This record gives sequence, C-alpha cells and structure tokens, in this order.
Amino acid sequence: MTTIDRPSIGSGVRGGGLAGVPLSLEPLTRKDFTSDQEVRWCPGCGDYAVLAAFQGFMPELGIKKENTVIVSGIGCSSRFPYYVDSFGMHSIHGRATAIATGVATARPDAAVFVITGDGDALSIGGNHLIHILRRNVNVTILLFNNRIYGLTKGQYSPTSELGKVTKTTPLGSLDNPFNPVSLAIGAEATFVARTIDSDRKHLTSVLRAAAAHRGTSLVEIYQNCPIFNDDAFAAVKDRETSADAIIPLTHGEPIRFGEGLRLGVVRDSRTGEFSVVEVDAVGVDALVVHDAHIQDPSYAFGLSRLTDAGVLHRAPIGVFRDVEAPAYDDLARDQVALATSGRSHDEAALQDLVNGGDTWLVDDTED
Amino acid sequence: MTEVRTLDRVVIRFAGDSGDGMQLTGDRFTADSAVFGNDISTLPNFPAEIRAPAGTLPGVSSFQLHFANYDIMTPGDRPDVLVAMNPAALKANIADVPRGGLIIADTADFTTRNLAKVGYAANPLEDGSLDDYQLHALDLTGMTVAAVKEFGLSRKDASRAKNMFSLGLLSWLYHRPTEGTLAFLTTKFANKPAIRDANVTAFKTGFAFGETTEVFAVSYEVAPAPMPSGRYRQVSGNLAMSLGLVAAARKADLPMFLGSYPITPASDILQELSKHKRFGITTFQAEDEIAGVGAALGASFAGHIGVTTTSGPGMALKAETIGLGVMTELPLVIIDVQRAGPSTGMPTKTEQADLLQVMFGRNGESPVPVIAASTPADCFDTAIEAVRIAVKYRTPVIVLSDGYIANGAEPWQVPDVSAIPPIDPGFATEANATDAAGKPLFLPYLRDEETLARPWAIPGTAGLQHRIGGIEKARDTGAVSYDPANHEEMVRTRQAKVDGIVRDIPDVVVDDPTAPDGTRARTLVLGWGSTYGPIAAAVRRVRNTGRQVAQAHLRHLNPFPANLGEVLRAYDRVIVPEMNLGQLALLLRGKYLVDVHSYSRVRGLPISLSELARDLELEIDALPEPAPFEGAFA
Repeated sequence: MTTIDRPSIGSGVRGGGLAGVPLSLEPLTRKDFTSDQEVRWCPGCGDYAVLAAFQGFMPELGIKKENTVIVSGIGCSSRFPYYVDSFGMHSIHGRATAIATGVATARPDAAVFVITGDGDALSIGGNHLIHILRRNVNVTILLFNNRIYGLTKGQYSPTSELGKVTKTTPLGSLDNPFNPVSLAIGAEATFVARTIDSDRKHLTSVLRAAAAHRGTSLVEIYQNCPIFNDDAFAAVKDRETSADAIIPLTHGEPIRFGEGLRLGVVRDSRTGEFSVVEVDAVGVDALVVHDAHIQDPSYAFGLSRLTDAGVLHRAPIGVFRDVEAPAYDDLARDQVALATSGRSHDEAALQDLVNGGDTWLVDDTED
Repeated sequence: MTEVRTLDRVVIRFAGDSGDGMQLTGDRFTADSAVFGNDISTLPNFPAEIRAPAGTLPGVSSFQLHFANYDIMTPGDRPDVLVAMNPAALKANIADVPRGGLIIADTADFTTRNLAKVGYAANPLEDGSLDDYQLHALDLTGMTVAAVKEFGLSRKDASRAKNMFSLGLLSWLYHRPTEGTLAFLTTKFANKPAIRDANVTAFKTGFAFGETTEVFAVSYEVAPAPMPSGRYRQVSGNLAMSLGLVAAARKADLPMFLGSYPITPASDILQELSKHKRFGITTFQAEDEIAGVGAALGASFAGHIGVTTTSGPGMALKAETIGLGVMTELPLVIIDVQRAGPSTGMPTKTEQADLLQVMFGRNGESPVPVIAASTPADCFDTAIEAVRIAVKYRTPVIVLSDGYIANGAEPWQVPDVSAIPPIDPGFATEANATDAAGKPLFLPYLRDEETLARPWAIPGTAGLQHRIGGIEKARDTGAVSYDPANHEEMVRTRQAKVDGIVRDIPDVVVDDPTAPDGTRARTLVLGWGSTYGPIAAAVRRVRNTGRQVAQAHLRHLNPFPANLGEVLRAYDRVIVPEMNLGQLALLLRGKYLVDVHSYSRVRGLPISLSELARDLELEIDALPEPAPFEGAFA
C-alpha cells in the first residue's frame, strides 16, 4: 500500500497562523511560486499587482510551497491559483470558503489561502463567508473587491454603489452595497484588514499580518477593473487625492491623515460613533489611538463605517481588527486527538464497534 | 388458566400521540424480540412535526414490528395487533387491522373532547363499531398512575410511563424476555431515580396485569427463527451505514471527513459518526448542504475520505459540487437517504424517486457511479463498496438508501471485520513523467491504464504541486483547455472510466429455481434498493401458489452489472417494482431496449407485499403462451 508521511490525526497545533506548516530547507524565491501557466487577465488589471505582491511575499514565510494550498471560487481573480506553483483548486462560484474549511481542518500542516471577489464572496458565497468567519477557521482570505462583475462583463455587484448604471441596471442599481469590512466584523471575524492593489508595500505588510494570524484573516483588496469599473478607487490611488482619502490605521498610532496631517478621527464618547475632524479644532490628544486588539467588535465596526458607501472618496486602510480566539480547525483536531489518544482504533476496536453493546449468539448445531 | 398458543409470525403496531413514546416502545419490543431469536423487521412511521397538536390525526406516531420464527422480509402489511393510546391513533390505523385482529386501547384518552377532535360522534370503544375485532378497552393510564403513585411524580409525569405499562402487557402476551428492557430503563434514567423507578414499575405492572387478570384468554409464543450460527445484533440502516463508513476508513487506513447538514431522514448518520472520532473521523455540521459537500471535497483534496450525507432536497443543492468532484476526479462519497418528494414532500416517509436525479441531475456529461442498499444491514456493505469505488477510481460515488431501511431495523449477523479487504489509497508520491529536457514531471491527469483513474496527489507531497478545478482539463497535464478535440476526449474518458467499473463489480444473480418438471419461470421481478424485502416476500408467496417467478436485485445502478442485458432478455416478461413512477424501468428500456413493465407505488410507504404478490400472480397468469416452436422447415 502506498502511503506518505502526513501528520498524525489531530496534532492540535497552536501559535501563529503558520504554526504546524513545515519550513522549506532551501530559501525560496518569487520564481518558486510561479507556475508555468501564462497569466491571462486584461491589460492593466489590478490582479497582476496582487499576484506579483503575493509571489514576492510568499518566500518570506519560509514555508514549503508544497504545503501551500490556494482555493478560489469563480470570477476574474479566481484564476489566481493557476499562476502559483502550489497545490490549488479553482472551484465553483461562492464555495471556496467551504472547500477551504475542509482542507484546513484536514491538514494542520497546510497554509491555506482563499482567493475570492466581491461577487463570489458576498453574493453567491455570502453564507459561507460569514460562517467561516464566525468559526474562525485558520485560512487567509484575499477578497478582491472591484465593485463590479468582470468575468460576466459588467453587471453591478453587491459592493457597487447605489444608483450604479450597468448593463443590468440601466436606470441605476437599487440595492444598498455591502461594506465587506463591516460585514466581516459583524460576523466577529478575528482579523479584518483592507489594502489597495497598487500599494505593494502596504499590501505586503497586510498579507504578512494576515498570514501570522491564527484563525480566519479577511483582507479586502481594493482592486481596479480597468475595463468595466475603471477608477472606482481613484480617490485612494491618485497621488493628488490619496492623502485626504486614505484614513491610515496603524496599531498604536493616532488616526491622523490628510495634507499636513490636518485631519484626524475622533470617537463620540456617548454614541461610540467615529468621525473625521480638523485636528486643529480638537487637538491631537482627542484623536483615537488605533488599537486593533480590542476584543469588542463594535470598535472596529465603528471605524469601518468611515468608508464611503457611494462613490468612494474616503476609506480607512489597514488592519481594523486582530484579536486572538481559538481556531475551529484546531479545536476540531483536538477533539479527534483526544478521542484517539490512548485508545486503540485497530481491528479489534473496530470489531467491538461493529458488534455494539447488545449481541446474541446463535448456534444452529444444537438443533 | 391462560391458554398458550404458538404462532409463526405476528405484526404489532404501537400507535399514539407524538409525545406518547411509541417509537421507544417499539424499539424496546424489537430489541427484546431480536435477543429472543426471532427474525424481525420494523417500520417506524412518524409525523415530521416534533409535537403536532395533541390528540389530532396529524400527530399520530406509530411503530410497526413484524417478528417470526422464520426469515421474514418486511415489517408486514397489516397489523395483527393494534395498540392505540388515543382516539386519533385508533382512527388513523383501524383500516389496516384485519377483521378479528386484536385491539388494545387506552380508555383514558377517549374523552368527549378527544373523540370530537378526530370526528368520532360516539365512542367507538362502546358503540359496537369494533365488534368484529377482539377489543380490549383498558384504562392503561389510570393503572399506570396508580402503580407509580409511591414515587411522588406529577400526574402528567406519572402518566407518561403508560407506554411502559403497555410494553409490559404486550411482553407478557407474547412471552418476551424482560431483562433487556429493565436494563435499558435502569441505564437510561440512571440520573433520574424517580422516573427510572416509575418506568420499571409501570413495565412490571403491565406484565403482571396480563398474568393475573383474566382479560386475555390466550397468550402467544413465537419460537426463535433458525439462523446461521454466529453473533447477531439488531441494526437500523442509518446505523449500519455509519458503521460501514467507519470500517471503510479503517480499511483504507485514512482519516474520514464527514461534512453534512441535518436533514430527515439522514441526520442519524451525522449524529452517529460524531461519536466515533476515536477512529479518526472528523464530523463537520456545515451551514448548509452545499458547504457540507464542499468541505468534504476539500478534505478529499487534502487526503481524507470526504463523505456527505443528505436526502433528496440536499442532493439538489449539492449537485454543482458533485459536478466539481467529477471534473477534479477526487474520491467523494455522497449518501442520499431518500424521502418522499418533490420539494419538501413528506420528510418522514419513504420513496425511491431520486434515482434519476442522482444519475442525471448535474450539468454537462457528468457520470457518477451509483449504488443502492437493499436492507438495513446491507447498508454496511454498501458503504464500504462506495468508499472502495471512490478511492480506486478517484470519483464521487452516490449511495442510495431511503427512509424505510434507514429507520427500519433487522437482526444482523455481525461480520468479521478482518475479512473485509483493505482499500489502497495509492497516493502519488513522485513524478510520473519526464519533460522534453528529461526532467521529472508530474502530470495530474495521467491515467492508470486499467482503471483510467488519475493520481491522487495530496498537499505536502514535494514536487507534485498542481492545480485542479471545474474548468475543462487538458489530457495528462490538467491545464485549462478549451480545445474542442480535447473536450470530446475528456468527456468520453470520464464516461469510460465510470463505465469501466463494470469489470470490477459482480454479475447480477438471478434467483430462479427450476420446477421439478424442468419448466422455468417466464417472468422476472427485478428491483433495486429497499424494495428487496417486499419483492422477496411477494415472490415467495407467489411461488407457494405453484407459479414460477424469477427474482433479481440490483446493488449497482451505474454502471449496471455486465450480464444485466442478457438476464433481461432471458425472460418473456420483466416486472420492475419501484417506489417511484418507473425510474429504473426508464433506464432499462433506454439502455437495453427491453420492454420492462413498471410496477409503481408512491404512497410514502414500502410496497405492500400482499398487493404485489396478487398483482404478480395476475401478470403471470395473463402472460400469453409462447408461440409454439416452429421448426426450421415449417
């Protein structure tokens, strides 16, 4: 019988997001994480930048590439796994998070990533998304949000702004958009961050924090679709406007931004509501000092509400929430390990199980 | 002095309100009869509502048990004995009791209000309408409450022990052993001494009541049934399915991952397997049917045996993921415990109408092996066979069971697990090709020449990184391909792989005893799944009339056994009884161009053996004489 080494049932690992994943003996490079497949996104697509940042960042983790598993759903970004030389599954629409739950629970020695989009994760896969978040399965989710359906050629998505004119909404869309960060925090996700496709340095820093987090990490990536929704994130990407548009979240730092750092974020002590103010009007000491480790999700949720729901002019960028909580897959493996430890599961034990408690013997030779 | 009469077989139906504990009463009578050595077959029948309004017809829950001194095939069509705990239970079941049958009714619940609730103008226990039956109208509740008075329970709690009083009475009436039920009650209520004592006392008092009163002139004995030597236990289909899955996982020496969502009548399997983590079983109660099968497929990709369990509505939801399993060619076991449909249908009632759904209910050409269990105990072997095929051929496999065998129980000669053959996962461990430069290369879709199965390469295996998915695969490399010729080749290859399993499954066996005068049957009855019991019983009855009839039963529904066409063509008439509108018949006609006759019943109940036997006799008698042989020179 062919067998290969794999960890025994339920190793119950704890620690960082990658604890339990074997390290590569040789240092790896970007090239090691590049497959032989030709990348086929539209010219100028934000996905290229994310892929390049991901491939550049993976060697830094030091893990074996054969212990990396990338699961995606359906949509432009979901082609991602084909381009990375790891184990990968380009699955079906909306279900990547469910499939990844199975992979992560089965294998404590795998670093599991989910690649998904705003339609994939928030429309058809919305149910699975909130459930992987509440369970806190040790998976890193990269949610490429371009606020449009690209692969089906330009229909509005669950993050498109109200009134958006698209092929299916010639008179403007009627449904309120989701704010993915608010949704994730509402599901009590333990790690929630937002970054921008074109800011490689920030994107990489967020990926680093996400991979280090044990449990589900949700990273929303503002990603430009140059064909069907160009410049949806222009405000946060253009040098001329970005200073006033990006509310930077850095753990331990006052939340302060804008030309000459003239703007800041304060919190109403009575309602808990956050707002943007002129620093001169309130004084530096009145500003919120960002704390991503606050257990109560209402803090991070409140911050997430500073995001424009309509056409984007301003949004917080960075790690909203990073708290420790037990990961579902660790606990599930613990239960199996506990049940297995010190108890045989050999053939005799199997025979006992099949026999059950109530058996009787028939001896037909007596007749 | 009570006369003791010996019977070959008895059918008892316990009926009451959903909250009256009829299922438990039936279970206990079954267990005691099984341990006594009778052959048994059971039919639990309960409403989908957990507590329908008390005393109403929709709230009636019943448990039918057939026990005998010979091997029986079904839980029986009509009860010889009806235990009715209230007017609704009487009204809902009386039509099934043959004239002369025994009726034991609890008078306590036959109040004016309860009678009116189900439309009785007068009390049937008193108005003479049951004169054709042996009626015993007894105050079971009153006697129970009086018997358990000393334990200080409320009247409500005290009266709840009435099911044990009636079980005690029936145990006396049919000479059942009592140790099993007494031990059961002691364990079950170990933490509630008053409840325990009340139930034990009620049971014993019921037994003593039968013994000491002269209400019953006759008691009955049913001798043990002759069975092959060995160790036996009682098993339901869902339990046997669960045990089969555990056994298969151990035989493959692999961890198993069950991803499921609770659904009637399949939930028992999820519940049962969640108790067996010590055998390396992980159970995941997902947020929905789709996530259940999705997580199972993910676990399969990761090297576990992925399993999901469901019923018809869940199958509909899982269809797309099963298609992904077909495309990615990963092992996956899907268990469909069928129930009456369409839509929500009748969740607690049985049917076999998912056959065409599981055969064809996916987009594209999406072949999946399908196998079906025929009896409660047969679920064990069926589960192992499903895992074997899934692992060997790297394919989803669908197992069909149904509510009848899932909840029904029978005695089972416990198999020797060491005799079950091992299942070889055969994981890929190294490159299987070389590139143009002579470097080792892993081709995830390079197939085994015999089985056409692709390699199962799991994460953590150095050098075997690869990407799979739902998009069409190029042959060998598994890369994305839109090439027309490649698609046609892959569609045909996936079909050929499933078709090729025919070489790996046994021929269908025909039971066709030749008559002493050498004449052979001209009629074949062919079934699949849970109709095995009623068909076998009906065939036995037909043969007892001197008529000849052959019987065959299918486990493998896709692919069909190699000899099936030949078998069908060997008979002048083929009759296919099914609990649907002729789904297997449609498949047989399409594949073999044989004019099979469909016999269909869709009542949410097993096919009635007496009705089937009668109809078979009519069909056999109506079969025209074969044309006289005319020699070559005529």
